[in-house]
Parts: sequence; C-alpha cells; structure tokens
Amino acid sequence: MPWLRQISVASSSVGCPILARSLGKSGIPRRSHAWGFLATGILLATIALSSACRIDMHVQPRQNPLSRSDFFADQRSERPPVEGTVARGQLHDDTYFYSGKNGSTPGDYMPFPVTKEVLERGRERYNIYCAPCHSRVGDGNGFIPSRGFSRKPPSFHDQRLQKAALGYFYDVMTNGFGIMPDYASQISAQDRWKIVAYIRALQLSQNATRADVPAGQTVPSLAPQFRGQPGSGATLPVVDSASASHSEENR
Amino acid sequence: MSQIFHRSTNTMSRATIFGAVFVVAALGWMAMEIQRSPYVTYAGVRKPQPVPFSHQHHVSGLGIDCRYCHTSVETSSFAGIPPTKTCMNCHSQIWTNAQLLEPVRASYRSGESLQWTRVNQLPDFVFFNHSIHINKGVGCNTCHGPVDQMPLMYQQESLQMEWCLDCHRAPAKNLRPRDQVFNMRYQQPTSTNPVIVDGQTFMDQMSLGSALVKKYGVRSVGDITSCNTCHR
Repeated sequence: MPWLRQISVASSSVGCPILARSLGKSGIPRRSHAWGFLATGILLATIALSSACRIDMHVQPRQNPLSRSDFFADQRSERPPVEGTVARGQLHDDTYFYSGKNGSTPGDYMPFPVTKEVLERGRERYNIYCAPCHSRVGDGNGFIPSRGFSRKPPSFHDQRLQKAALGYFYDVMTNGFGIMPDYASQISAQDRWKIVAYIRALQLSQNATRADVPAGQTVPSLAPQFRGQPGSGATLPVVDSASASHSEENR
Repeated sequence: MSQIFHRSTNTMSRATIFGAVFVVAALGWMAMEIQRSPYVTYAGVRKPQPVPFSHQHHVSGLGIDCRYCHTSVETSSFAGIPPTKTCMNCHSQIWTNAQLLEPVRASYRSGESLQWTRVNQLPDFVFFNHSIHINKGVGCNTCHGPVDQMPLMYQQESLQMEWCLDCHRAPAKNLRPRDQVFNMRYQQPTSTNPVIVDGQTFMDQMSLGSALVKKYGVRSVGDITSCNTCHR
C-alpha cells in the first residue's frame, strides 16, 4: 500500500505527533499490526455473539413448570405421581368433604361452619368459575351459553335445584353433570364447598319474600350506585361510597 | 519537497480525533439501546402459537376472569397454563367445527400436550413467584400490560433486571387493593377517581401505595432489592 505509506510519511512530516504515534515509530504500519486488529475484531465479535446465545445460566439443565422434556416419551416434564401416592395433607379420609355424599345420597349440610368470609370467598370463586355460564345471579343466563351451547344451564331458582341437597351441588362441581364438565382440577375442594354455600345464599336472596326483609328496611332497597367502569372478569364493580353509606343507613 | 497537504488538514485531523470521542460515545449508546430493544428482549413480539388464542376475545369480549384458566396464579410461583380440558370446557360446545381449533380437539382426543410457545420468559437464574406479587397487590396488567386488548399475546415489558428493580425500589408506585388485582380496567387513583380502602379515600397513587405497603406487609426496600430475593 504505497499511498498509505505516503500519507503517513507526509503527516508525520507536517508534525502531527498523535497520528504519527498511532502508526508506529517508523510511521509505516507493519503487516503484523493489521493481523492484530483483525484478530481483536474477530474476538470482540465472538464475545458479542456468544453473549446473545443464552445457554449457560439462562437455560439451565433443569425442568421448569410445564417445560418440554426430551427424556420422556410424551415430552412432558410433569410426571404423574406413582399410583397410590398420597401427598401430605391429601389423604381424603373425610369422604363427605371430598364427595358431598353419605354413601350414595348427597348430604344436606356443610362440612364446616359458614361465616361471612366463607360466603365472600364463595362469591369470588363463583364469579370466576361459575358465572360465565350460570350468570352472576344463578339464573342460567350466563354469556358463554348464549354463544352457541346446545343447552342452557338450569336456573338455581327452579323447584328442583331449590330443593336439591348441598352435597348435590358439590357432587356436580366435582364430577360434572350433563354437558357441564367437572371443575375438580380448577377449584379446590374447600372452595367448592364455599361456592355451594354461596349458591344457597343466591337462592335465598333471589327468592326472598317481603316477610324475609328485616323490620325497618325499605323494600325494594335502593340499587347501589357504581362508580366508574365495571371491573373486568370476576372483579366486582366499585360501589359508590355515597350510596354504600345510604344502604348502611337502611340496614 | 513541497507540502502535499494544505494547512487546514491539521485542523481536520484534530477535529476527527475530537469527533472520535463522540463516535465512541454514540457506539456505546447504540449498544445500550440495542440491549434494551425488542431485538434482544422480544417485548412486543407476537410469537407463533399452535392456536392463535386471543386474550382480547376471551377477557374483554367474554368477560372471563384470568383465574378461570390460570388457576394457580394466587397460590404458586407459576400462573399455570391451562390444560386442554379447560379449553374443552366451553369448546366442546362452541365452535366445535372450527378449523382453527383442530389442534385443541386433536390434543383432547389423543391426550398429547398442546405445545404453546412461552411468551413471558425469564432466565433460569431468576426465581419469580406470581403468588407473592398477586397477594401484595401487584395487578396483572402492571407487568403483563393490557392483556385484554391483545388479540395475540406478547410480552409487554422488557423483563430486564432494571425493570424489576424499578418497582422493587419503590413498590408503592404500583400497588393496588387486592380485590382489584385481576381487574384489567383498574385505574390508579386521581382526584376525580379516588380509590377507597377500608373506608379511607385515596386521591393519588403514592398515598394509596404507601398505605398498602403497610397494610399488606411489603418488606423493606432493602429486603426486596437484596440479590437473593430473586437470585437464589
């Protein structure tokens, strides 16, 4: 590269010490320098590229939940426990709690006392898992069946279901009924019972008569005022504080 | 031998050396921008899925709660990807002939897993736990973005450590009441749209957030920014 040599000689001759230093004392770049630059460039590029490959610590040789495994034939890392395995605290020895039945007849009592917290939890779980089909008030006019179910779910307020035992609802949630699938894998046993309690509360509230109203409360009670947009999913609408205090006064 | 270069070459060469500082700085800035860009983080990238599942349709359109499918999100580190049976709860009745859903039906018939492509992926050295965030009042859409408006799922945030720390250093700026965690339409309190917790009215996020930090017992910033909170 004679032109490069010329330039470097020229620039050093006009007295630009920094440029001259960068090109070596003689002012002539040696071949080995060029190779050094190339090697450094390749090294830097390799480091930059290899840092983009997330191998070592990013993807560790272990199984994450539901990750794919090439070890097992079905490619699932989640393995079913050996048949007959009982996890700690899951020996289902309380048969009524886990089946809702005494023998083969559904029982009509709750396996634990119903408190306000139980009903609130039941309402929350009902609104998540049941309301899409059964509707928030349990009349069977949920939104999902209207999209093309062959049959609508029954209303909880018809004669048959009003008389049905508590254990019957639990059994349907656990094992399914008709076109309704079972919800045993989605809702825990404890929560299924809480939903049972809430269904009974819905049946009472939706079919209350004037005689059920405590003395001193106006009938019909004022509808609560909601503030802002309703929440999505099972999130209950926010009751306006003004109307909430109003209904407190009525109570 | 006469001068080959004009005197102005001196100025030019100095300016070039001076300019190199800016070039190097710009290169550094570019590297940082690229490191934060979707090219590296995959934020906003719609990855291919076996079935083009629309969260927008199922959440906004049908009003299904997050927990209907992601059942373990409140109690486990992992939110849970629903098994094929959860799809079939409804799709054994609705859209039973849709070609789009054939992979779902095939999976249900054969018992083979649908192989979804993971969207929100953390490195294996980060031990993220959904349940603790849910129970301390971090909303779903705080991290996952407007899932109810995503026809195809994508990762909203960078999921980089600086993003995690941004909230861990000041948790109050994102907390909301527990009963609003799954509300995709929740809005932070303003003077016109206050949030009421335990009868107390909050007009701005910082006062609500600090009250919730106390109420839910969120650990100190020192604790939750400690390395071994996330890297164990």
